[in-house]
Amino acid sequence: MILVVLDHDGSKLRKASLEALTRARKLAEALGARVAGVLLAEGPAPVEEARGYVETLYVAEPGPYTAERWAAGVLEAAKGGARAVLAPSSRQSRAYLGRVAYALRAGLLEDTLDSWAEGGQVYATRYAYLNRVTQKVRSALPAVLTVKPNTTPLAEPLGGQGEAVALSLPPVPTLEVLERVQEEKRGVSLTEADVVVTGGRGLGGAEAFQKVEELALLLGGAVGATRAVVDAGWRPYAEQVGQTGKTVQPSLYIALGVSGAVQHLSGMNKSKFIVAVNKDPEAPIFKHADYGIVGDVHQVLPSLIQAVKRLKD
Amino acid sequence: MKFVAVIRQVPDGESRLKVQGGRVDLSGATLILDQMDEYAVEEALRLKEKHGGEAIVVGFGPERTEEAIRTALAMGMDRGVHVVHEGYADPVAVAEALAPVLKEEVPTLVLTGGQQADWDSQALGAALAEALGVPVVAWTTALELEGETARAKHDLDEGAEWVRVPLPAVFTTQQGLNEPRYPTLPGIMRAKKKEIKKVAFQGTAKVEVLEESIQEKARLGKILDGKDPVAAAEELVRLLREEAKVI
Repeated sequence: MILVVLDHDGSKLRKASLEALTRARKLAEALGARVAGVLLAEGPAPVEEARGYVETLYVAEPGPYTAERWAAGVLEAAKGGARAVLAPSSRQSRAYLGRVAYALRAGLLEDTLDSWAEGGQVYATRYAYLNRVTQKVRSALPAVLTVKPNTTPLAEPLGGQGEAVALSLPPVPTLEVLERVQEEKRGVSLTEADVVVTGGRGLGGAEAFQKVEELALLLGGAVGATRAVVDAGWRPYAEQVGQTGKTVQPSLYIALGVSGAVQHLSGMNKSKFIVAVNKDPEAPIFKHADYGIVGDVHQVLPSLIQAVKRLKD
Repeated sequence: MKFVAVIRQVPDGESRLKVQGGRVDLSGATLILDQMDEYAVEEALRLKEKHGGEAIVVGFGPERTEEAIRTALAMGMDRGVHVVHEGYADPVAVAEALAPVLKEEVPTLVLTGGQQADWDSQALGAALAEALGVPVVAWTTALELEGETARAKHDLDEGAEWVRVPLPAVFTTQQGLNEPRYPTLPGIMRAKKKEIKKVAFQGTAKVEVLEESIQEKARLGKILDGKDPVAAAEELVRLLREEAKVI
């Protein structure tokens, strides 16, 4: 059995789950195995939709997300004899699949760009060294893989309804959630945007982001922020680009008042074109830029907005 | 109380990487204490300063990793343990090798970086937590002890949450949790005399790296002078339109 964790938003499957399904079917074909799904839910789960994609669907209701509860759910489903477990890469999946991989003593292949099986082993490609290097890796079975979003075609439904199997989970020692801090959703999705305009500490304050928003809107793009900006409370965490925020890969990435710390670079260094505006000519961001302006962002940004407006007219 | 920081030595993210024979060659790179792990060391030091006890650094990696362990000792950690291993090791194998060391120490809590700057793995904290049979808090941005438990804030895919977790537990750390201190000269002198216990690697490799290639895109590096912001902005927009064709 190849087991796929079908991530969802409480009403439908996430696209990344359909990518993981495509990868699972490829492994299943090479290894002569069948594909089963597992749905973990703290609320309504899209059981009917998920049954359209697999012959067997394990459904567990482990309560609010914690790495321990989700790991228990996946391990319970894996007891059916999983030779590989696949899940979309997400911050949460990394926390519980690390537990799952250890419990199964499996090879863990994180953030895979592609994966295939040959001679009873699993191969994958993935980035390393803060997204600067591509690795080809190999694991014996069992293997646990996370699938990097936007790397794989989406799976089609099978045209039937798979069997649903309810899982009951033993209580596990875990943390207690005291309070969820929700983020607001606005505009174009950061990870899917073709243009990203990011502001850094060099902007000096939250007010300056009105101009960042204006430029992003003009270019049909999304607003990004650095960790320093988010920590200062100028922008919501949802907009953070970098190692501990979101990874983006737009056609055009504009970094305004961003110094270019390595944690930030690893979240955007795959962008097709990178533009930097910073008053410090020695800022590391310029080494990674296709185009740049050494100047005061408070003067350059309004001029950029005007120049783009003129272009649009 | 005993606070353990698990660390590794990695290439500085700014240093140039090269590939020899299909593998990354670090011989010319500057090697540093992983910046994500620095937050773990700093947090262990702050917890010890506030609550007393001992702060221990556990390093994993080749002989040269001793330099990174000394850096942590110079920052103020009390003593070190070095699990020696050459080359790549997957997070499950690393957790297997570190688990007996951590079990022997009986820590109040264990801290480690949220992502490794060389292998880009984010799984060590979770794998360690499973090996020790304790909860994990991933991507921690705030941490306080409250008797037998800790109260922590950590990032999720969407938003963040405050949690209460029974101790011992594993916490993975990141930028925003604290500002790591620099080693002082007296700290560096004292660090030379601090104990580092060497432990042989005992784990089973699950994953093998077959080939590595550099994926850094060559950048154009066309930098304009912004003394005249209007002219610079006009020229930039022209380049984006006519040369890059992205707007």
